[in-house]
Amino acid sequence: MTTATTTRPVAAVPSAGGPTWALRDAWAVTLRDLGHWRRQPWDLVIGLAFPILLLLMFGYLLGGAIDVPGGYIEFLFPGMLAVTMAFGLESTMTAVSQDVQRGVTDRFRSLPMSRSAVLLGRAVADMLSSTVGLVVLLVAGVAVGWRWHHGAGPALAAVGLLLLLRFAFLWLGIWLGLLFRGQGGVTAVQILVWPFAFLSNAFVPISTMPAWLEAVTAWNPITATIAATRDLFGNPTVAASGWAADHATLLAVVWPVVLVAVFGTLAVRRWQRLGR
Amino acid sequence: MPVASRPHDHPDTADITDPAGPAVRIRGLTRRYGTTTVLDGLDLDVEPGTVHALLGPNGAGKTTTVRIVATLLEPHGGTAHVAGHDVVRHATEARRRLGLVGQHAAVDEILGGRDNLVLFGRLSHLAARAARRRADELLDRFDLTDAADRPVGTYSGGMRRRLDLAAGLVLDPQVLLLDEPTTGLDPGGRREVWRAVRTLVDAGTAVLLTTQYLEEVDQLASQVSVLSQGRLAARGTPDELKASIGQDRLDVVVRHEADLPAAQAALDAVGTDIETDVATRRVTATVTDRVAALTHVVRTLDDQGVGVDDVVLRRPTLDEAFLHLTGAPPDTAASTGTPGTARTATSAVTEEAAR
Repeated sequence: MTTATTTRPVAAVPSAGGPTWALRDAWAVTLRDLGHWRRQPWDLVIGLAFPILLLLMFGYLLGGAIDVPGGYIEFLFPGMLAVTMAFGLESTMTAVSQDVQRGVTDRFRSLPMSRSAVLLGRAVADMLSSTVGLVVLLVAGVAVGWRWHHGAGPALAAVGLLLLLRFAFLWLGIWLGLLFRGQGGVTAVQILVWPFAFLSNAFVPISTMPAWLEAVTAWNPITATIAATRDLFGNPTVAASGWAADHATLLAVVWPVVLVAVFGTLAVRRWQRLGR
Repeated sequence: MPVASRPHDHPDTADITDPAGPAVRIRGLTRRYGTTTVLDGLDLDVEPGTVHALLGPNGAGKTTTVRIVATLLEPHGGTAHVAGHDVVRHATEARRRLGLVGQHAAVDEILGGRDNLVLFGRLSHLAARAARRRADELLDRFDLTDAADRPVGTYSGGMRRRLDLAAGLVLDPQVLLLDEPTTGLDPGGRREVWRAVRTLVDAGTAVLLTTQYLEEVDQLASQVSVLSQGRLAARGTPDELKASIGQDRLDVVVRHEADLPAAQAALDAVGTDIETDVATRRVTATVTDRVAALTHVVRTLDDQGVGVDDVVLRRPTLDEAFLHLTGAPPDTAASTGTPGTARTATSAVTEEAAR
């Protein structure tokens, strides 16, 4: 019996060390998610259609009653982009907590693969899907009359800020997904993102809010990204006062960086402590 | 993390034990959750080509043991080696030699069976072509070729478990860890899994199995460790464990409930620990002299004209051995429904039927 077990070809498999393997393994994990798109294209389509539906609802159903110089669609659209990026938090959290719950995470952790690849692969897959979602939404925006006015450079910078926001919320999603196992946590987050999105300048100018609410809303990370992207796209902004409003572009970079530093650290630590 | 001193304490070979030794070697394994000690100095070996079953009530430390050996959980004391590799210090080496099949079917539900196996092959660092070839081999071996490209979400419970088992075998591991591999399966699915496990064991794989089904232990295991509160309560072959609680049992089933007292009296003359189950009209006693007891009971009841439906002389069941050893039934799901004598009686029937 022992001879049968010692001649197994397992020793031929290369070791798991090094950054090359981390990247290769992360790509394998990413491909799994891309496989989901191929298998269930309708999930992808519904995911893409949801923000478009919101755009149409706010733009045409509510927008008529909201008077913003320059037109409501032009004002609303950067807000929709940023809110969509922030809502990516839900899909990240759902995917992470499902894998933990179904034992897939344990299976990964029992394989001779790179440890960091699971989180890295999740990050790459979600950034890819959000980039596709962003492009589709931009096309939809153009279709309903939204335009960028300052040329390709600033427009691309705005897209960069939006993806940076997505990246920040991705780590929050991973952390929450590792923290709360089961559907309850996901449902709670799916509800809480709404007040979070509305406590921003996405849908209405914050100068219309009561003073105390305006102060809270001005410091919402989404508000900073929206104000900065409106500037970069050349879309109408409604003047707001205060330090946060004056330094929106700076905050649109600093906020996500701080969020990544905080929640990225928490997520990685949580991941490393799964076996403790 | 405290590490117990070990016999091979040499700088280079400290973590490599004798390759001809046990496939799984556990010494003094300890683990706490908060202030609760769930594993308290467990020693255990699994030899190549054998199944070692862990039995015990919920919280006895079975799953904790498996998770430590699978490198998913760090021990707070003691050591575990997989094919000679320390699971803490040389986790990657250990991982290359173990396969884990956990309590859930840990496969991707959206992808097909083949894509799942290729994914796990790639993550085990097989080259693309080798991963595909291995996936096809495993699909063939587990009768999943026809369903290879269907989403796993459409598989039956038995198919899913077979795929799960296949996913644990991508690297042809020397050690297979099965944590309740047939929980939730129907009898057909359970037999499918048993057949697959037997084939692997015949080829030399060492299996560490936790289960809630005593029948599964009877079917698969050559060694059983009964855990109770993180400690070893008993160890032996299934037959040894049954024998350790002593003598045979004599069951008498009378045709009419009114005859139960007569049967009790007849058994009382030759045995001890008389148990009566009115619902099944069954009286059970522990007997020492098998032949004398059987002869006496049959003759006495016949003389009295008592109608007898069944007389069974049998070894104690693992259920009874388990109760005797730990004072608790195994996990609640293991009981076949009713507590006490009725449950024992049912297990006896299953056991007879399985032979």
